[in-house]
Amino acid sequence: MKGLKTFKMGGVHPPGKKYLSENKPIKNAVISNLSVVALSQQLGSPSECIVKPGDEVREGMLIGKSTGFISANIHSPVPGTVKEISDIYLANGMTSRAVVIEMEGEFDRLGKEESKTSWDNLSSKELIEIIDSSGIVGLGGATFPANVKFSLPKGKKAEYLVINGVECEPYLTADHHLMIEKSDQIIEGIKIIASIIKPEKLAIGIEANKPDAIEVMKEAALRADLSLDVVGLEVKYPQGDEKQLLKAITNREVPSGALPIEIGCVVSNVGTVHAIYEAVVLGKPLIERVVTVSGGAIKNPQNLKVRIGTPISSLIEECGGFTEKPVKVVVGGPMMGFTIYDLDTPVTKGTSGVLALTSKEVKGAAQTACISCGRCIAACPMGLNPTTLFKYIDHTDYDSAESIGLMDCKECGSCGYVCLARIPLVQGMRLGKGMLRAKKVKA
Amino acid sequence: MSDNLNLLIESSPQIKQSGSTASVMWAVTICLLPAGIWGVWVFGIRVLGVLFASIIAAVIAEAAMAYLVKKNTIQDGSAVLTGLLIGFNMPPSVPYYIPVVASVFAIVIVKWTFGGLGGNFMNPALAGRVFVFFSWTGPMTKWTMPAVLTRIDAVTTASPLGAVKSGLLEYTGSADGPARFLSEAGYPHSVMDTGITSWLNSNFGFSLSDGYVDMFVGNIPGSIGEVSVLLLLLGSIYLFIRKIITWEIPVSYIAVFGLLIWIFGGTRFSDGSYFNGDVLFHLFTGGLFLGALYMATDMVTSPLTSKGMLIYGAGAGLLTFLIRIYGSFPEGVSLAIILMNIFVPMIDQYTKPKRFGIETKKVVK
Repeated sequence: MKGLKTFKMGGVHPPGKKYLSENKPIKNAVISNLSVVALSQQLGSPSECIVKPGDEVREGMLIGKSTGFISANIHSPVPGTVKEISDIYLANGMTSRAVVIEMEGEFDRLGKEESKTSWDNLSSKELIEIIDSSGIVGLGGATFPANVKFSLPKGKKAEYLVINGVECEPYLTADHHLMIEKSDQIIEGIKIIASIIKPEKLAIGIEANKPDAIEVMKEAALRADLSLDVVGLEVKYPQGDEKQLLKAITNREVPSGALPIEIGCVVSNVGTVHAIYEAVVLGKPLIERVVTVSGGAIKNPQNLKVRIGTPISSLIEECGGFTEKPVKVVVGGPMMGFTIYDLDTPVTKGTSGVLALTSKEVKGAAQTACISCGRCIAACPMGLNPTTLFKYIDHTDYDSAESIGLMDCKECGSCGYVCLARIPLVQGMRLGKGMLRAKKVKA
Repeated sequence: MSDNLNLLIESSPQIKQSGSTASVMWAVTICLLPAGIWGVWVFGIRVLGVLFASIIAAVIAEAAMAYLVKKNTIQDGSAVLTGLLIGFNMPPSVPYYIPVVASVFAIVIVKWTFGGLGGNFMNPALAGRVFVFFSWTGPMTKWTMPAVLTRIDAVTTASPLGAVKSGLLEYTGSADGPARFLSEAGYPHSVMDTGITSWLNSNFGFSLSDGYVDMFVGNIPGSIGEVSVLLLLLGSIYLFIRKIITWEIPVSYIAVFGLLIWIFGGTRFSDGSYFNGDVLFHLFTGGLFLGALYMATDMVTSPLTSKGMLIYGAGAGLLTFLIRIYGSFPEGVSLAIILMNIFVPMIDQYTKPKRFGIETKKVVK
C-alpha cells in the first residue's frame, strides 16, 4: 500500500501475532451464572452502588451511579439477584467494590428484536445525556468517560474528529472485527459524535495490517454518504495512542500535559463509537464489549462479545482452555496490559483482550545493570530519556525526573520492550508518577 | 482454575524483544573469535596462552569483585569480553604477567570502582591496555613477524605504522606513500599478496604497491586480534544484523579518519602535497577496525543517541588522526577512544532528543 502515514519519533515493532484470531468472527460468549460487576471501571471516581444484597435486577438496569465530574454509570449485565457486595482485585491490581449478581429470570434484550429510534432531532446536550446515562467510557483501554470527552471546554472548537481504528497492540483483533462486521453502525456512531462536537473534518486511522477493514470502512462511508477520510497507517507501535495517531494523521503535536482538544482534535476509539451507536439508536447501555482471547497457550483463540462482569476463567474455558501452562495471563494487550494471578478476575469496560502467554512469547531474562545502549531513548515516542528517568526515580529524586518530562510518559512500554538489561522501566515510571501525584495532593 | 498455575505477575510490557545484556556480550565475543583464531594461526600457539591469561585474569577479578558486593555478574559475559579484548590488544610476544595486570586493572580499577558493568565511564579493555602500555612500553611495542612471511617463529620487528613513523623522521627518499616506503625498506610480502596485487593491477588498471592484501588479510605484525581486517569485518556483519552495533560510530569514525588522512596524510612523503594520503594503508593498520567496530561501539562508554554517536565517532576519528600523524605514537586508536569516552557525558548533554509536544507549547503560549 502506498502513501501510508505514521508518526516519526520513536516507536517499536513487536511481533503482531494477530493471525491467531484475525479470521475469527465475533461470537457471543456464554453468559456466566455469576457476574462480578466492579464499581471502579472508569478513569475517575468509582460509581456509587445503588443496589443491596437480595435486590432483584434486570438486564441493563442501573446499579452504579456516576459520582462527580469524571465518573460513569454502571448497569447490570444480566437479570438476576444481587448476591453480595464485595471487595475484589481488578486486573490492574487496584481494589474495587463489586456487585455480585446471580443470573436468574428473563432477559429484556437478549434474543429479542432490536428497535431503532431516530436521533435526528436530538440536541448535542440530549445526546451527551444519553451517552452519560448509558455509562459509555473509552473502550480503547483508557476508560475515560465519553460524555466528559464530548462536552468540549468553553471556547474550544473541534476541527478534527479522528476515529481510532489502529489497534496497535499485538494479538488484539477486537476492533478489527468490529470494523469489518459493524461498519455501518460505526459510521452512524461517527455521525452521532459529529453532530455533538461539529468538527470540520472526519478521519479514521487504520493500520495497514487490516487492509480489509480499510476497504470496508471506505465502502460504508460511501454508502452513508459521509465524507470520512479513511487513513491507512504504517504498522508501528504505539500508533493507537491518541498523540501518535494525531501526529500521523494531522501532523499536529498535542502540547505536553494538554489534551487533544488543545490542537482542535477529538479522538474516539471504534469500540466506543459502536457503543455510542448502540446507546443512542438502540437504547442499550454499555453492558458488553468485544474481547480478543488469544496467546500461544490458548487452544482456540477467538473474538468474543462478552458481558461486563464475566470471569476471565469462563472466557478461557470457552476458547478450549490452555494447550500448555501459560507463564502469564494478561488482561489487555501485551504492551500495556496487566498480569493477573486470579483467573476469576472479571471483565470490565476497559478489557480489550485476555492473553495467555508462553515463555517463548514473553522472552524473560535476568535483569542486569543498565549498559547505556540507548535503545529506550530511540524507542520512546515522546522523546524522553527513560534510562535517566529511571535512575532519578530509583534514587527517589522525583523532582528531577519531572523536570525532564516524567509526566509526559504514558507507559506505552516501548522502552521496556527493547531494554537489553531488562530493567522494569515502565514500573519505575508508574512509581515516579504516583509519587509526584501524591506529593501534589499533599501540597 | 488458577490453582497450580503459578502465574507470573509483572509490570507491562508483558513481552520483550529478544536479547539481553548477556546475549550481547556473548555475541560480540563469538564474532571476535575468527580474528582471534587468525592471530593464533599467524603468530603461533603461544598467543593462545596470552588470550587465556587475560581472559582468566579478567574473570577471576570480576568474580572477586562480585563476591565483595554479593552479586553474581559473571554470567553477563562482560568480563570474558573485556579479557578477550585485552588479549587482542597485546603484542604476540608479551610476557604473560602484562595481560594479567591489564585485565585486573581493567576490571577492578576501571570498572568496579565505578560500580561494575554500566557504571564505568571508560572502556575497561582499552584503559587496561593503555595502563600497561605506559608501564611496560618496551615489551608492549615489540612485534612479531607473522609466520607466513618468515617461516621462522618469533622474529621481532617493528609494526608497519611504527616503521613508517620512525623511518620518516630522517627520510629524504622518493617513496610516495607508506606502502612503497615499507617495500623500499625491505618489508616482506607474502606470495599471496604479490600475486593478488599484480592480478588486480593488470586486470583492473590499479597501480597498487605490494602489501595491501597482506594488511587486509592480516599478514602483518601487530596486536594479536587487530591484524585481520577481513575477519573483523566478517564478524561484525552479524552484529550489524542483530543491531548490537549500529552504523553511526564505525561509519563516522572511519569516514572522518579516512578523510583527514587523505587530505593531510601524504604531506610527509616525496611530493608533500595535500589530498594525497594513503587511506587504505592507515585503515588496515594499527587496529583501526578493531577499535572502530568493536571498542568504540561499547554501549556503556558511548553516547546514547544517534546524533551523539556521530559526534563521538567523528571525534575519535579526528583524535586518531592527530595522534597517528602528528603525535609521538604510531597507532593512536586506544588513546583516541578513551579520550572520547571522557567526552560522552557532555555529548549526551547536548544531543538530547527533542521532546514530543514541547515546541508546540511555546507557540501556543
